[in-house]
Amino acid sequence: MSDDRIDVRKTYKLLVNGAFPRSESGRSYEVTTCAGAFWANVAQGSRKDVRDAVVAARAAQAKWWGATAYNRGQVIYRLAEMAESRRAELREHVAVAEGIGDAEADAVVSRSIDRVVWYAGWTDKIAQVLGGANPVAGPFFNFSLPTPSGVVGVLAPQNSSLEGFVNSVLAPICAGNTVVVVASEQRPTPALLLGEMSATSDFPPGVFNVITGYTTELGPTLASHEDVDGLDLEGAGDGANDLAIVAAGSIKRVLRPRANEDPSSLRRIRAFVETSTVWHTIGQ
Amino acid sequence: MTEHDLANSQLGSLSYDPAPESASIAHLRPSYGLFIDGAFTEASSHEQFATLNPSNETTLATVAQASSADVDRAVVAARRAYDTVWSKTTGAQRAKYLFRIARLIQERARELAVVETLDNGKPIRESRDIDIPLAAAHFFYYAGWADKLDHAGFGADPQPLGVAGQIIPWNFPLLMAAWKLAPALAAGNTCVLKPAETTPLSALILAEILQQAELPAGVVNIITGDGSTGAALVDHPDVDKIAFTGSTDVGRLIQQRVASSPKRLTLELGGKGANIVFEDAPIDEMIEGIIDGIFFNQGHVCCAGSRLLVQESVADEVLRRLVRRVEQLRVGDPLDKNTDVGAINSAAQLERIKELTAFGESEGATRYTSSCALPETGYWFAPTVFADVSQSHRIAREEIFGPVLSVLTFRTPEEAVAKANNTKYGLACGVWSEKGSRTLWVAERLRAGVIWANTYNRFDPTSPFGGVRESGFGREGGRHGLEAYLDV
Repeated sequence: MSDDRIDVRKTYKLLVNGAFPRSESGRSYEVTTCAGAFWANVAQGSRKDVRDAVVAARAAQAKWWGATAYNRGQVIYRLAEMAESRRAELREHVAVAEGIGDAEADAVVSRSIDRVVWYAGWTDKIAQVLGGANPVAGPFFNFSLPTPSGVVGVLAPQNSSLEGFVNSVLAPICAGNTVVVVASEQRPTPALLLGEMSATSDFPPGVFNVITGYTTELGPTLASHEDVDGLDLEGAGDGANDLAIVAAGSIKRVLRPRANEDPSSLRRIRAFVETSTVWHTIGQ
Repeated sequence: MTEHDLANSQLGSLSYDPAPESASIAHLRPSYGLFIDGAFTEASSHEQFATLNPSNETTLATVAQASSADVDRAVVAARRAYDTVWSKTTGAQRAKYLFRIARLIQERARELAVVETLDNGKPIRESRDIDIPLAAAHFFYYAGWADKLDHAGFGADPQPLGVAGQIIPWNFPLLMAAWKLAPALAAGNTCVLKPAETTPLSALILAEILQQAELPAGVVNIITGDGSTGAALVDHPDVDKIAFTGSTDVGRLIQQRVASSPKRLTLELGGKGANIVFEDAPIDEMIEGIIDGIFFNQGHVCCAGSRLLVQESVADEVLRRLVRRVEQLRVGDPLDKNTDVGAINSAAQLERIKELTAFGESEGATRYTSSCALPETGYWFAPTVFADVSQSHRIAREEIFGPVLSVLTFRTPEEAVAKANNTKYGLACGVWSEKGSRTLWVAERLRAGVIWANTYNRFDPTSPFGGVRESGFGREGGRHGLEAYLDV
């Protein structure tokens, strides 16, 4: 390839319901490298984009949870395969977004992909680890099943553009939730890449929706939306308290950031898992 | 004997001689203070309020109105007990205190049952056979967890949260106290418990039991009062955890108030449970299950099966049988061992029930109300069934929390699931069918925390209870119930 080839640049769009629309608002904003150079124009998603994504996520939720746990695991594992084959691209974007060197970015990508694999393996373990039979005092077969909360809104971490994003998004998804995630405002492109990969990983459309834009503009829409069941405030920053108050309006499950979290903790998964207990009579 | 003959025979109107339990078993004192730091103390304001017997509006006793200063005293006592005693008490030792409490509740079961029935208005049959035994069972169950927390699935050595503020409702006063206190203490927390304004007495008897068990002072503090007491507890900065059972509206306020604090929160809120009846369900058991689902505890049950969804093909027969069965319910003296439906807990709740049932009629539903005679004094509401209810009716959407059933119909399992889930709540549902595969298919699709198949309103300390959606979050009972009181 000669040096004077003009490269083909990508237009970054949202991921809503398996499609890649520009924001319905037509707006975009400039994202720079950590050093301040122009990096990309990304879609400045609107409240309407968030609402559209919630509609898609709600419609997809029954299908995603209705798939077998084995199948959900394979789909998530497929995402790891897609990411592995595009490691170089992820590394470049993480390095630019987070202002780190190639070696460090490479390590981030490795950990992120391994984390996707970790979540892929959880789909068919959650019921056994978090559920089980209850020995009630009576002629009943009684069992508790972990079930997804439903639609989870995620404000992705602002700094950890890929690894943190993976944790915030895959934890609810592996448990059978569908997700509307607002990517890191200033570091959104690794999330958009992962979103693109999800679209080639057999996720049903609407399971994995990625919105870019201003967290302060989009957060309140997710927090107040009555058809959103859970809210991850990891990337909410100073706005977290206000959003948690808004989320209380519809009794949402709210996940607050916690410092120095043990990566092996199931807190992120448990946050958006309900326990559904079935009693069935025993008799002849 | 045909059904027609039965309906017209004397069997349909059997009368029973009165069989009252003795109110004197309650041994109530004329007045009670606040149980703080191991002793009963007066409220700082010296203010007392009366708690009534809702079946005859007489005063049972007066109890103290805790102010925010009293709440602070209780929290300080709980914090000191946590720091100096309870956090240094081993799990095995905590277990033995809890086992003691369970045994003491069993020893004083008859007294507690009478107190509960006097203060709440529920039939003695229910307080004697359900509330009190289950309360003891909860302490017995969680006692065993106290020294086994490493095995509870939250990693090694899970830590307690600290001081738990617990606010409970009036429908199952002692049982709700047990649901709150037992897991909290097993996990190593200390507690400040606020019983409901209209039903404080059994919790105060429990305070005596804690003294008899020699539970260290301050580990459990029980403070009576109205909503302002609860609000002060929710807002207290040295409380680490709030556990609330009550209405969704109050739960929403509490979630808003603690949202900007580090307090942990679990909520067990309202419901509008769907009881789904398929045409193949065994009809006798199903009718009894529907009756139990809505008229148990006068319908003052957050998980009550207050929406009956009947498959169209059997709707006429189910309604006819239901109306006949409702007519046979014995309504009256809660202390009578034959009573099925007791008194409504308070004048305010009675007003609420009357208001919503009036909407039932004005919105076009068909009302069947038992012709039973109601006592002249006290708060009473005759068991009522509404037919021809549509999903938009207020009586199909709002929690009535009374002996009122709304009947809707469906044709297909898909429609049943869609109607059952068409609510902001998600606490409990029932499914009645002899076809196991269909029952499980429906159960998988219901958005509810508890699903009863061919039964209803069953509770057990090993079985997690709690809601999804606007019925709240967190579980009480079982291994899952520990999570609410551990820093995990």
